[in-house]
Amino acid sequence: MTGPASRAGRRTGTGPVAGTGMLARLAFRRDRLMLPAWIYVLTALIAGNAYSFKALFATVAERDKLAASTASNPAFQFLYGRLYSTSVGGMTAWRYGVYVALGAALMSTFLVIRHTRAEEEAGRTELAGSTAVGRHAPLAAGLLVAVVANVAIAVLFGIVLPLLGLPVAGSVALALATAASGLAFAGIAAVAAQLSSTARGARGMTFAVLGVAYLLQAVGNSAGAHGPQWLTWLSPLGWAGLVRPFAGERWWVLALPVAVLAVTGAAAFLLAGRRDLGAGLLPDRPGPAAAGPWLRGPLGLAWRLQWGTLAGWAAGLLAGGIASGAAGKGIGSLLSSSGQLRTAFLRLGGQAAITNAYLAAIMGLAGLVAAAYATSAVLRLHAEEAAGRADPVLVSVASRVGWWASHITVTVLGTAAVLAAAGIGTGLGYGLRAGDAGTRVPQLLGAALAQLPAALAVAAVAVLAFGMLPDWSVGIGWTALAVAVLLALFGEILRLNQWVLDISPFTHVPKLPGGTVSAVPLIWLAVIALALAAAGLAGLRRRDIA
Amino acid sequence: MTEAIAVSGLRKSYGKTVALDGLDLTVAEGEVHGFLGPNGSGKTTTIRILLGLLRADGGTARLLGGDPWSEATALHRRLAYVPGDVTLWPSLSGGEVIDLLGRLRGRPDAKRRAMLLERFDLDPTKKARTYSKGNRQKVALISALASDVELLLLDEPTSGLDPLMEAAFRECIEEERQGGRTVLLSSHILSEVEALCDRVTIIRSGQTVESGALADLRHLTRTSISADLAAAPSGLAQLPGVHDLDVQDLNHLGARVRCEVDTDKLNEVLRQLTAAGVRSLTSQPPTLEELFLRHYAVGGGSADRAPGAVPA
Repeated sequence: MTGPASRAGRRTGTGPVAGTGMLARLAFRRDRLMLPAWIYVLTALIAGNAYSFKALFATVAERDKLAASTASNPAFQFLYGRLYSTSVGGMTAWRYGVYVALGAALMSTFLVIRHTRAEEEAGRTELAGSTAVGRHAPLAAGLLVAVVANVAIAVLFGIVLPLLGLPVAGSVALALATAASGLAFAGIAAVAAQLSSTARGARGMTFAVLGVAYLLQAVGNSAGAHGPQWLTWLSPLGWAGLVRPFAGERWWVLALPVAVLAVTGAAAFLLAGRRDLGAGLLPDRPGPAAAGPWLRGPLGLAWRLQWGTLAGWAAGLLAGGIASGAAGKGIGSLLSSSGQLRTAFLRLGGQAAITNAYLAAIMGLAGLVAAAYATSAVLRLHAEEAAGRADPVLVSVASRVGWWASHITVTVLGTAAVLAAAGIGTGLGYGLRAGDAGTRVPQLLGAALAQLPAALAVAAVAVLAFGMLPDWSVGIGWTALAVAVLLALFGEILRLNQWVLDISPFTHVPKLPGGTVSAVPLIWLAVIALALAAAGLAGLRRRDIA
Repeated sequence: MTEAIAVSGLRKSYGKTVALDGLDLTVAEGEVHGFLGPNGSGKTTTIRILLGLLRADGGTARLLGGDPWSEATALHRRLAYVPGDVTLWPSLSGGEVIDLLGRLRGRPDAKRRAMLLERFDLDPTKKARTYSKGNRQKVALISALASDVELLLLDEPTSGLDPLMEAAFRECIEEERQGGRTVLLSSHILSEVEALCDRVTIIRSGQTVESGALADLRHLTRTSISADLAAAPSGLAQLPGVHDLDVQDLNHLGARVRCEVDTDKLNEVLRQLTAAGVRSLTSQPPTLEELFLRHYAVGGGSADRAPGAVPA
């Protein structure tokens, strides 16, 4: 019974997950740049910030002072979580724990969907499925890649943080909490990849869960002793803080995200077994037999292709704004006694009144999210071209400029809409609790829209890359966004040179509300965005269409 | 005779890969012109230059009397294009895509749309992501055929269609010819081109190797014959135009004959076979690949370049 056929069968396996290792190796090869970049950036982030916390708040007295003012401050708790320990490790985990957990969750989502639903949608799973690869191998490989990536994060954190002089137990707890958040979202993304028949839809679903999880933990953390603190327990992102690294580690909390991975992973395999290749579980409804009157010309098409995504982003920012605004109520009075914190927070946020500084910080975050939306909307141009769907428009009466301008128009108006949603949401959230919604809403709407030129300037890098180096535009576009995000969130605390900070358009946006309204930097940012876009358009008009 | 397409000495390279190496192509107004070549020979590159999607490195290209690069938008109003590999917007229904493409071209014809939907048996309410390759092809074909344009550029338009739909497609092209529309039909299927085209241009490795009326190119084609005969044929070997003759004499069981025959000499060969008593007969038109191998691989320097090395 040891003929060549059975030997080969034993070597490659014949079960439902046969060939998983091979597919995982293929995935690692395809991600050989992006995956190390994710892991490196997250590790550098936590290590760099732990290091700078040591320098910024060197003495116990300084840290205690900071702790005294934040322990009861809902706005800080909303932004960063609750502080459980005034050690350097405890403050690092407090200030950055939720952000690295978020980063690990994003990484896992991208990885799992990229190697499961995106492959299936592109028809490559079909090709692989016809070879000696088991039915569940693509899903198993996608999850395996995410598990390996998160384990790598845990190992690196666990090595680097003790080297910086932090206690080993706390370092390991923070490392495991971060990786476990990533694992939980790997499982959630795997389920979403079964439900939706498109990668875009699956990513949207997972991001929605991620957004809700972020808000739940933020609201729970800022709820105060008599509020709904238990909300944090409902959030996979909240568990990272509830492990309490460096503050009497509660190891058993780590079981929660691992359980989520086990349950969602099992559910994903179960769902995958009950559907056809290429299909989702949510049904594809038939569409209209004829096009509506508005589906004419490139602009109508661009709107049709992009409005669903836009609605999702706007709804997310509206909800996020309401929650952030509500959490900011009452912050000014609580903080005014604390000079140390005041300086630290003003360095992040802005001017005069602490309330305004908090709201300005929220507007800054909204600007970053809007830049992410704008970049993704611009890159639709590249996706359309790469899929060959630009051709039918370009060989029609529409010109290249017209096709380009249609997606750019949707991007510009969409970014404005997303920012408006954030501004209105924050204004409502804060204003309804403070009783001044009538003035707060227009004020914050204006403050949010002041972020528009900076958000568009970031996306304009993607426009330029699309015109000049289309094959690289996705990488260049997202790198530009990553640079802006890292500089805005961590540039000041890392004490980078001003000229480095100046690279990010958001450094130049007036801190509103509260700051001096100055149109000059906004006009400059708009001019730079226009110039980049014009150069990109010139490149597009001259180059070949792939 | 006015020329709808006039291309001469066209060159295009992708880095070091040469896609077009001095290609010539002339299509008269009102004719159905076959554009033949193996995979990767440069058919799609030529068409994409004619559409103004790619910029030529050298040579000249005129389309409907205009420059395909600088006058692209004006020219696009007068043509319709069907790519070989149709990709559609996954979230739109087939009907929406047909209408959108018609409006993008300028003059959609609702009556023809309805007629073509029926003829190609397409359900327009299905989302594009659920369509098979053949159905995506139908969407592009219906939208192109329903447009009131002068020129149809069809790049391997029947790939993925079943034989019934291929027949429907041929009928449509026949009507287009009678209606006086110009059609450039790129294909690697010789029989399709033979059935539909007045004139053909054959290319290989980015160069034109033959161009002319189909009748003039008959000498290029050979038919493979294999027959079971009642007796061994007498004078087959002496006939002009018979190649690679292989006669198996099975004595009292008759004879089995295989040979390649120049298509214009078929009649005389059949006469000989009938005289020997035909029990069964199969004839196969030559594939384009065979044609190329025979006529251009030997001696032609361009044959050294591997077909398929060039993106089409």
